[in-house]
Amino acid sequence: MILAPRGSIPLVDVRGLGRRIPNSSHWLYRNIDLNVAPGDRLALAGPTGSGKSLILRAIALLDPVDQGDIAWCGEPIRDASVPTYRRRVLYLQQGSPVIEGTVADNLKLPFSLHHRRGQPFPRTQARELVAGLGKDSSFLDSHSNNLSGGERQIVALLRALLGDPTVLLLDEPSAALDPQTTASLERLVQSWHSAAAAERAYIWVSHDPLQAERIADRVIYLKDGSIVRSS
Amino acid sequence: MISQGSYLELSYWQVALATLLILLNGVLSTALRLGLGRQLLIAALRTTVQLLLVGLVLQKVFAWSHWGPVLGLGLIMVLIAGWAAVRRTSRRYPGIWLSSTLSILVSSWLIAGLALGAIVRVEPWYLPQYAIPFLGMILGNALTGISLGLDRFAEALVQGRDQVELYLTLGATRWEAALPAIRQAVRTGMIPILNSMTVAGLVSLPGMMTGQLLAGVPPSEAVKYQIVIMFLIASVTGLGTVGAVLLSYLRLFNHRHQFLADTITNAG
Repeated sequence: MILAPRGSIPLVDVRGLGRRIPNSSHWLYRNIDLNVAPGDRLALAGPTGSGKSLILRAIALLDPVDQGDIAWCGEPIRDASVPTYRRRVLYLQQGSPVIEGTVADNLKLPFSLHHRRGQPFPRTQARELVAGLGKDSSFLDSHSNNLSGGERQIVALLRALLGDPTVLLLDEPSAALDPQTTASLERLVQSWHSAAAAERAYIWVSHDPLQAERIADRVIYLKDGSIVRSS
Repeated sequence: MISQGSYLELSYWQVALATLLILLNGVLSTALRLGLGRQLLIAALRTTVQLLLVGLVLQKVFAWSHWGPVLGLGLIMVLIAGWAAVRRTSRRYPGIWLSSTLSILVSSWLIAGLALGAIVRVEPWYLPQYAIPFLGMILGNALTGISLGLDRFAEALVQGRDQVELYLTLGATRWEAALPAIRQAVRTGMIPILNSMTVAGLVSLPGMMTGQLLAGVPPSEAVKYQIVIMFLIASVTGLGTVGAVLLSYLRLFNHRHQFLADTITNAG
């Protein structure tokens, strides 16, 4: 069972996380300790190959690890609860794919899955989010093939937000985006967070130190798979 | 020479005469510089040696007519089919050999058992004249379906990795995330038998029916056998492909709903 967030207990608690290259003694990352409390705005920064994205994937429980534990609200996550955990701690892939169909089809995707069976699609919220981006509601009918790279990334973020996560794991969401789209995306995440800052949190992976300082209250710097400093 | 039965018995000289026809292909290969000469020679030699050896073994098994050798031969055929099905795939992962062999074993023996015991009602059930050709035809087709299914499954997962992971990140179970690839794989595995059934008798006469006609069986009887065998092949292909793909799914998606993409490697 996945517990509801409780007071000061960290939402996500990562202890001693490590992963080796298969059949090798070389560690991709090791001894990673971090936690995310309600309200946190955390950035993982570091050069390419420092392990930021792999650590974020591990927190999303997408990859097996060789050591360490991840707890949700102080409790270990059982196998059967992993899909529920991922709904709460939602990972947005770098260059997240959009499915064949319209923008609306993409936004409805989470609601077609087993765990949301019977849960209505929040149509009004979807329209509001789209309007907040300065687009009219006809954007919802645009075909995914006609979207620019930036629009695809925005659609992926909207799809994630409509899933109502508690923690967002953002893997370089603005990589390869122009400054204007990057600003829209940052605003969207900030407004999602501030709408329920006492409950929500995010971890944002960025290779850009300036962006990391801009969007986070706390920055963890990584190098060669280890935490080198935290500010 | 007309034998005691109603078919023409071939001498080894007549077989040798047919072998000369392969030379025609050799001439074509040389004239067009296809570079197939060596492959042709090896393939022709393998056909000859393999079939002569099989003939010798079957002669013994038919003469013995005991369930032991029939089951032993059936097991060897299954192991070879399981190996051959994986050899044709372009991607590998841990457990693919077991997935292939186990699904071929269960599906082919189950369907062959049903055919011998319940449909054709052979007495005794292990009569080599029926058991071995039935199993042979079933295995030959099952391995095609299974190898196509396994190949397509790994390919769909590798090509669609982002989409599989998208589903998982949105809270899908491993089953929901893998289902599109599972469906694609099973459909692909079923295509050859569906095509064969669609054109059966129109484009070509199926092998078993041809054999029976050559052996002097009346066409109306040969047709009945062929219909039965086509349906057996369709069911074993479906069962075997679904089994192999599901076993592979359990290998590639663990209990924590993780897709183990890194365990998939390119063959050879």
